[in-house]
Amino acid sequence: MKQETLPRSWSAADGANSSLQRFLGACQVIARSRLALIGVVIVGVWLLTALFAPFMATHDPYEINIAGRLKSPSADHWLGTDYLGRDSYSRIVFGARTAFQVAVGAVFLGAFFGIPIGAVAGFAGRWIDSALMRVMDAIIAFPGRLLAIALVASLGGGLYSLYIALGINSIPSYARIVRGVVLSQKQKEYVEAARMTGESNWSILFLQVLPNCLSPLLVRLSLDFGHAILAESSLSFLGLGLPPPTASWGLMLKEVTPFLQLQPMAAFFPGLTISIIILGFNLLGDGLRDVFDPRQYER
Amino acid sequence: MLLRYIVQRIWQLIPVLILVSIAVFLIVRLIPGDPVLVMMGVDPEERSRISDAQYQALQQQLGFDRPIYVQYVNWVSRIVHGDMGQSLRSRRPIFEVIFERYPATIYLAAIALFTGLIIAIPAGVIAAIRQNTGADYAAMGFALWGIAMPNFWLALMLIVLFSLHLGWLPSIGYADPFEAPWRFLQHACLPAIVMGTDLAAPLTRYIRAEMLEQLKQDYVRTAWAKGLPSRMVIVRHALKNSLIAAVTVVGLQTARLLGGSTIVETVFSWPGIGRLLIEGIYSRDYPIVQGSVLLIAVTYVFINLFVDIAYKWLDPRIKLE
Repeated sequence: MKQETLPRSWSAADGANSSLQRFLGACQVIARSRLALIGVVIVGVWLLTALFAPFMATHDPYEINIAGRLKSPSADHWLGTDYLGRDSYSRIVFGARTAFQVAVGAVFLGAFFGIPIGAVAGFAGRWIDSALMRVMDAIIAFPGRLLAIALVASLGGGLYSLYIALGINSIPSYARIVRGVVLSQKQKEYVEAARMTGESNWSILFLQVLPNCLSPLLVRLSLDFGHAILAESSLSFLGLGLPPPTASWGLMLKEVTPFLQLQPMAAFFPGLTISIIILGFNLLGDGLRDVFDPRQYER
Repeated sequence: MLLRYIVQRIWQLIPVLILVSIAVFLIVRLIPGDPVLVMMGVDPEERSRISDAQYQALQQQLGFDRPIYVQYVNWVSRIVHGDMGQSLRSRRPIFEVIFERYPATIYLAAIALFTGLIIAIPAGVIAAIRQNTGADYAAMGFALWGIAMPNFWLALMLIVLFSLHLGWLPSIGYADPFEAPWRFLQHACLPAIVMGTDLAAPLTRYIRAEMLEQLKQDYVRTAWAKGLPSRMVIVRHALKNSLIAAVTVVGLQTARLLGGSTIVETVFSWPGIGRLLIEGIYSRDYPIVQGSVLLIAVTYVFINLFVDIAYKWLDPRIKLE
C-alpha cells in the first residue's frame, strides 16, 4: 500500500538504478578476478572475430592452391596453409563463425526445451515431475557425446542435425537447474501472496518464480557454449559433423591428420584455437559463478 | 538402511533403462528412408536390386511389418535372450563382435584411470597445502588447460612429439596384454596419457577444493594441535575425507572411460568399443551401432548405480533425492 503513495516514475527510476547498481557490482566482481576478466576478453575477441570474419580474414578461406599446400607460417600466410593450400588463418577466423553458429543453435534449443520442462516439473510436482525427470535421467544416462554421436549417425551430418544432437544433450542440465530453483522458491511467501491476489499458476511460474533462475542459468549457458563448441569440433573431427569444405576447427584437424609428419603446424593452430575459446568460456562461467555465489569466490 | 537405499536406487533405474532401450531402438527408425533397406545396408537407389518378394520376406524376417511397439517388445526380448542380430558387414553375431572388443576398452580404461589418479591426487593435494604459491598456480593452470583442451588435439600433438619426432612410442595399434605385455604398454602409453589428462584435470580442481575445505575443519585443527606429523594429518585425515567426496567424480569418469572414448580409440586405432561404434557408423552397420550404444549406455547407468551405492556406504549421511 505504501507503494501507491509513491509517484510511478519514482519507483521505476529506483528499480532501474538498483538494476544498474547490481550490474555494476557484478562487473566489479568479474573485474576483480583476473581469470574471469581473461575469460571475458577471450570470449569477446572471438565473438567479434565471428561477427567480422570477412574483414579479419586475409584470404578467401575456401580458395584452393595446390602449389602452396602445407606451407609453414609466413608473412603471406600467417598460420601457414592446409593440405589444399587454403589459408589456415582465414579458415580459423571463419571457423569462429561456424563454432558460434552451432553453439548458439544448440544452446538455444537446450534452453528452449529444458527451461519449461524443469519449470513445469518443479511447479507441478507429483507424477508429472517424476515422469519428466525420468526422461531427463534417460538422456543423462548416455555418456558425454555418445547420444550426440548416435543422433548424428541417424540424422546425418549438417548444421540442423548438430543443433538437435547437441541441443538434446543439454536439455537435462537446464531442466535440473530450473526445477531445483522452482522447488526451493514455490513455498516462499511471495508465491503465496501472488496466489492470493488471484494470479494464475502460469503467471506465477513464468513471471515471479523463473526470474530467480537467471543466475545459475547464466553460468550454465556460458559453460554450455564451450561444451557445444567442443562437441561440434569433436563430431567434425570424427567426420560426423559439418561436411567439407566448411571452415570448422574440428574438420580442419581431421583433414590435416594424414599430413602430420609433413606439417604439424597445420594441426597445432586449430587445436590451440579450440582450447583457448573453451578456456575463455570456462573462465567466464567460473567468474559468473563467483558473482552469483560470493562464498565460492572467497574459497 | 543401505539395503533400502540400494532397492530404491534399483527401482529408480528401471524406467531409465526402459527409456534408454527405447532411444537405442529408435536410432535406426530415425534414419531417413526405409528401415528395411537401412538394416540390410542397401542404398535406396539400389532398391530395384531386390525383388518385391525378397523385400517382403526381409520385412517379415526383421519384423518391420508389425506395429512399432510389437517390434520394440520383440527387440528387447531378443536382447534379453542374448540375440542382438548380426553385423551387416561381417555377418557375425553382434554380441560376439562387441564382447571381442570390450576387453581392449577395459584395459585402456584401467591404465587411464591409474594415470589420471597419479596425476590428480598429488597435484590437488600440493595445490591445496601450498595455496596461492607457484605450485598451486601450476596445478590449477594444468587443470584449467586440461579441461579446455580437446583430447583429440592432445592426442595428435603427442603423436607428433613422441611418435613422429622422437620415435619413442608407436602412434597406432594394439597388442594383447597377456601375450606381449611390453608392446601393449607401449601402445597404451599415449592413449592413457590423453584419457588420464581428461580425468586428472577436473579431479585436480575437485581434490584441491575438497582439501581446502577439510583443512579448515576442526578435526584437522585438533590433529595439528595434538602435534601429529604433517604427513599423517594431510594423508590420513584430510586426504582420506577429500577422497570420499571425490568418489563421485572418479566414478563418473570411470564410467566414461569404460564407455570407451570414441575419439581417443579412433585416433590411436585402439580396437575398443568406441572405435567399433565409429566403424559401425562409417560402414552404415546399424545393428553394430545399436549394440555398441546400448552396451555403453547400460555400462554407464550401472557404474553410476555402483558409484551412488559406494558413496552412500562411505558416507551414510547421503540421502536419496
